[in-house]
Amino acid sequence: MKYFLLFACGLTVLAQQPPAPAKPVVRRPSAFPERPPADPAKVDRGKAIYGVNCTFCHGADARGGSGGTNLIRASIVMSDRDGELIHTVLKEGREGMPKFNFTAEQASDIAAFIHSFKVGGYDISRMTPPSIVTGDAKQGEAYFQKTCAKCHSVTGDLKAIGSRIDDAKLLQQTWLMPGTGGARAASLGLKIPPVTVDITTADGKKLGGRLERVDDFLVSWFDSKNVRHTLTRDGDNPKVVINEPLAPHKALLSTYRDEDIHNLTAYLVTVK
Amino acid sequence: MTSLLFAAFLQAQALDPVTLTKPLADSWPTYSGDYSGQRYSRLKQINTSNVKGLSLAWTTRVTTGPGAPGGGGPGGGRFGGPPPIPTIIGGEGSGELGGTGPANIRASILQVEGKLYFSTPDNAWAVDARDGRVLWHYYWKTKGGTHIGNRGLGMWGKWLYMETPDDYLVCIDSETGKEKWHKQIADFDRQYFSTMAPIVIGNHIIIGTGNDLDAPGYVQARDPETGDVQWTWYTVPQKKGDPGLETWGTLEGARLGAGNVWIPGSYDPETKLYIFGTGNPSPSYTNPKSRDGDNLYTCSLVALNVETGKMAWYFQMNPHDTHDWDSSETPILVDGEFKGKPRKMALHADRNGYFYVVDRITGEHLLTSKFSDTVNWVKEINAKGQTIRDPKKDSLVPGSLVSPNNYGATNWPPAAYSPDTGLFYVPQSDTYAMYYLTETDPRGAMGLGGKDEQFVASMGTYLTAIDYKTGKIAWRHKHASLGGFGAGNGVLTTAGGLVFAGDVSGNLIAYEAAKGKILWHARLGNVSNAPQTYTLDGKQYVLVAAGDALYSFYLQ
Repeated sequence: MKYFLLFACGLTVLAQQPPAPAKPVVRRPSAFPERPPADPAKVDRGKAIYGVNCTFCHGADARGGSGGTNLIRASIVMSDRDGELIHTVLKEGREGMPKFNFTAEQASDIAAFIHSFKVGGYDISRMTPPSIVTGDAKQGEAYFQKTCAKCHSVTGDLKAIGSRIDDAKLLQQTWLMPGTGGARAASLGLKIPPVTVDITTADGKKLGGRLERVDDFLVSWFDSKNVRHTLTRDGDNPKVVINEPLAPHKALLSTYRDEDIHNLTAYLVTVK
Repeated sequence: MTSLLFAAFLQAQALDPVTLTKPLADSWPTYSGDYSGQRYSRLKQINTSNVKGLSLAWTTRVTTGPGAPGGGGPGGGRFGGPPPIPTIIGGEGSGELGGTGPANIRASILQVEGKLYFSTPDNAWAVDARDGRVLWHYYWKTKGGTHIGNRGLGMWGKWLYMETPDDYLVCIDSETGKEKWHKQIADFDRQYFSTMAPIVIGNHIIIGTGNDLDAPGYVQARDPETGDVQWTWYTVPQKKGDPGLETWGTLEGARLGAGNVWIPGSYDPETKLYIFGTGNPSPSYTNPKSRDGDNLYTCSLVALNVETGKMAWYFQMNPHDTHDWDSSETPILVDGEFKGKPRKMALHADRNGYFYVVDRITGEHLLTSKFSDTVNWVKEINAKGQTIRDPKKDSLVPGSLVSPNNYGATNWPPAAYSPDTGLFYVPQSDTYAMYYLTETDPRGAMGLGGKDEQFVASMGTYLTAIDYKTGKIAWRHKHASLGGFGAGNGVLTTAGGLVFAGDVSGNLIAYEAAKGKILWHARLGNVSNAPQTYTLDGKQYVLVAAGDALYSFYLQ
């Protein structure tokens, strides 16, 4: 199959529809039932007992501390309903853990506190870094001049890009591949030139326009009057040439070192 | 003795166990068709010279849920049509979860004695293999669990076996759809969910489970009559003295090291070895001290003796994975020549973009090669043939540009092999994503937490044919498309010189196997499982699922 990528340079950076992932893996976030919230007074009582007796080894957040294991994902805790299993461990101790002489009520309070933490496979990050910007802006500027300045200018199409996109991660995604960066990318109002297609039929007729879809057997596009056309493909008939405005961005992906990416972003965030 | 034992079953159109040990032809009695995992059918009525005439034999749609009519018949009882097929309901849940909706069939479909048996999470069906008419529908009321997919049913005599997302193994009568028993196979409280197609070997039902937190993976054999446990093999060390513990930072890290087994393996009847791929270590993207080391036996090929559950050998392809690239893909067992010597081998294309060949008797490494050109996470291939990661390509706070994305260069959709061409066929995606580390707690995250992955680009999707002797690409068809990844959902090869596979645009395509020329296609919208084939009444059918529908093709 003929499937050309034309490396058209000189187009606006903020271009083209993102290459939409075809079939994202869908997972249900609440596949496993969450525990109903316990009485806050009970959780507070448990927190107080835990704080005095357990925090040193298992951490204030029960995710493990000085020698103690992560409790919230421990199998006994996950199978425990109301302190009944936890009480047994407290009474009997474990290897490296002393016995604790708590009543069933106290064990139940401790359990209520530990169970108040959510546990799941899609663990929410708690110690998130304040910024993704770690690169060297000076080196980033040099990289820009060498690699990007052929098509882009910080006084032209990228004027004040660091203010226009004030989220550094979104800025980084956007310069890597405009349109990526998640749902927030839509809010940027990027004017992305569409992918176009040039078609030559067997009898030499030239057609084409904005590409709607293409596979090995069919090509579909909108002409300049926004009318949809579709043709069946049979090998090279008709000839189909796809023009991706973002082809230069794609071609660069295999050439980046991560340092280049980090430096360039560090530079672009300063372009106010 | 076996034939005596199963004489009663055979009268009831059950599966003759001898079929399971034969090369794949008229029926499709287990996940991969036969034990080899080749997905190579000896059928050749449909072949390179006539595949152009392939046309629709029948199609049928199924709906999940308790209220779903067994469906299929016109009118559903109205206007004199046949009465609706009742849904048989089981399960331990309250019935509030799950529900009625279009099915998404990701399963391998069994074809035994003219009937097809298949599943989606919580649902199983029998349909007539000649016209797609639904014969019964079984629905399981769930307690929950991740409903990501169900890979199919296993069959022993007249009994079918299904895993459920809330961790039960259900035994169903293939004639009526009625439940015989169900057994808990994993701890729901620990957030296991079960999707694997059970594999029947002799009097063992082999099962595996999934988990996105970090509970340990295991393979288990169960008794087909009672569902009782025969043996259990954990993929990660569980106690002091267990082999592999030295490849973890702490015992707790190993015990909660994941490595879940959620896709069936293959089986070598000669050596009695069940050979399968293990999942990735956990936490998937962060590097706490607790998992310092290679993390055995995650991201490995493992061979267990099916009678004892004891490990015969392992080959770890991807030590200390940091990208959630399970090595679950079913290994393909091939007898052939390697470097001038006859060898019995296992072939495996991994989510991580590399292709591996090992000797399946000993586990000796034979070959490692890269099949995705864009892959950039490997620092070196070491003397053992293992792909060693570049730690600079782990998730980083400022982002790391990695190929492939989390989906991988390939994934669970089964590859195939043709002994006629000596080629290994695999659906391939070349992608880039930025992996941002979002959890800087030195204790790491739990499960799949701790990173934010942002897709960057798809560089193309392919059907790729690899020469196993050299690891070189014999041919590669790039699908014309506007991007995307996950090219179809598996591959079938046949003695008719054909390869069938879906593409990223929803076409089912027939290729000429030696050179990859496209000979036939039909757009079904979403080819959601690997194509299969069977023969009934002298007619060869090609069967594939597309979301909630089955399509069966033949030569008119």
